[in-house]
Amino acid sequence: MSAVTARDVSRIYTQGDVKVTALDKVSLTVETGEFVALAGPSGSGKTTLLNLIGGLDTPDGGEVTVNGMAFKTMSSSDLAELRLSQIGFVFQSYNLIPVLTAEENVEYILRLQGVGKKERKDRARAILDDVGLEDKYDRKPSQLSGGQQQRVAVARALVSNPTIILADEPTANLDSKTGDSLLQMMREMNEKHKVTFIFSTHDAMVMEAAKRIVSMKDGKIAEDKTK
Amino acid sequence: MNDLTLAWRNIWRHPRRSVLTMMAIGFAAMLLVFMLSFQFGSYESMINASVKLATGHLQVQGKGYNKKPEMRNVVPNPEAIMDKLSKTQGVDSVTPRSHAFVLASSDTRIRGVLVTGVDPEREKEVFTIPSLIRKGDYLSNEAGNSIIIGALLAKRLNTGVGQELTLLGQSFDGSIAATVVTVRGIFRSGIDAVDRATIQMLLTDFDDLFVMNGAVHSVVATVHELRQTEPLKAVLKNAPLLKPLAVLDWIDLTPGLKQSIQLDLVGGIIMYVILIIVVAFSILNTFLMAVFERTREFGVMMAIGTTPRRLVKVMLMESMFMTGVGLLAGMVTGALLTVYFSHAGIPMGGAADLMAQYGMSGRLFPRLSLLSLLVGPTIIGVVTFITALVPALKIPRLKPVDAMKAV
Repeated sequence: MSAVTARDVSRIYTQGDVKVTALDKVSLTVETGEFVALAGPSGSGKTTLLNLIGGLDTPDGGEVTVNGMAFKTMSSSDLAELRLSQIGFVFQSYNLIPVLTAEENVEYILRLQGVGKKERKDRARAILDDVGLEDKYDRKPSQLSGGQQQRVAVARALVSNPTIILADEPTANLDSKTGDSLLQMMREMNEKHKVTFIFSTHDAMVMEAAKRIVSMKDGKIAEDKTK
Repeated sequence: MNDLTLAWRNIWRHPRRSVLTMMAIGFAAMLLVFMLSFQFGSYESMINASVKLATGHLQVQGKGYNKKPEMRNVVPNPEAIMDKLSKTQGVDSVTPRSHAFVLASSDTRIRGVLVTGVDPEREKEVFTIPSLIRKGDYLSNEAGNSIIIGALLAKRLNTGVGQELTLLGQSFDGSIAATVVTVRGIFRSGIDAVDRATIQMLLTDFDDLFVMNGAVHSVVATVHELRQTEPLKAVLKNAPLLKPLAVLDWIDLTPGLKQSIQLDLVGGIIMYVILIIVVAFSILNTFLMAVFERTREFGVMMAIGTTPRRLVKVMLMESMFMTGVGLLAGMVTGALLTVYFSHAGIPMGGAADLMAQYGMSGRLFPRLSLLSLLVGPTIIGVVTFITALVPALKIPRLKPVDAMKAV
């Protein structure tokens, strides 16, 4: 079973009287354990496709399935449950919960999953150790650098043991050194746990690290290349 | 990290705004507790003043006498009735009264007046008129054939203390009742209707003059606490001795007083509704701001798997916590303020003279009750919950992808 299937997916935005086709009947299949980069310039539709795969947005046409589950028939609560159990997100601007510490941000998702207190703490600390934040458990996002926040975001995405991680321009706000170390970490996770990674990026470094590059242009897939 | 902790931390994101919101709720609750206690307390003062001037809390009369006061409609056995009332728990004091309409004439003038036969010793325990004598003295069992009259009546009859008046009326048996009495005292109640048409005389003189043969028109009772009036009335109504008679309370005897209290209460309620609306808008503003500025965060939380229902729950927890703290603080301060003023009283300034005319003290005393303590805060609690629900219910309508685009 494929991790992600998008079949003839379209998304049209309306801006005033103008209709903008962000995705035009795009079809994509990603197998379990792949490390895929959606590449392309701004406005090519890569973030839109990532949002549709994550069930954050609804397509105007076509169908998306994740691990065999079709989104079409799912309610917003069902989609939230699916994201909670199967999909991890890493956003360009980190998007941590500002009132929670690094540890609590990671722990929160486990809490939503109903994991017990001790296990939550152990798992959150272990994953923060893995991303090199062993001495930053009690820091609030405002007390962390951009790179550290992104590491917390990655830890949050990974802690729930998702089968798929969707990362929207994860290195865009990071310096090259931090970006590189983050990518290395993600590669390790991918190889170690067979987690499927799908990035949207126009960062050459990310594309270099990816095993498969899906290039997008004007809402369509222009090229799909496996290294 | 549970939802309660998250809600708690969210409250303190903007401490100043949260504290101001709690203070607004607390202030409104305090004001409502105090104002309602003040209103209830002033109503009690008004009722007690009126009761002590004219009607007593309870009266036993002949059936139909209240609506149509006829000379022959009497309580035939006042001693037994008074004995029964005196032995009833909650009754403070009792006194018999009889009434008749007569023509009162001085040397030069004549007026139609209501003459009331009273027992001076008992009357002092029930009514305030004995303490409202401005000239001369109140009635005494040792000074027969004397009367006290209202100040306005004295003026109209052009009479004074020590002077004589002739009373002419119809007695119980239909014969002419006529006598000459001496004015022993002049009282001023402050109520013109009472002061211009009231004469009091000894009940024994009244009995002789109007051939009452020991019967009276009413037995008046005061109770220990106003709130006891209604249950006592119910108890007395069922007493076998009182079955052939009518037991009336102050509401039956002065329906206008109850109506004016209700009118005043409606005015107060309008004020309170305005106050609650102002507080509701303050809450609405706080929570709309919270939803708007956290829209992006809600989007992220939904993206990582938080259900919309859970987010609504957290928002409502925040609202309920702020409301709860505000209400608690308001109730405590409102209650403390009320308790303090219920002992010290609130001076009524210029209105004190006016109140004194009605036999009321120049201070009003708020009275804290369960009703005055809970009604206002409960309404505020319900209104703020509903108000907080309005912005909170916007959350389930958010699409994560759109929410995350919010600035």
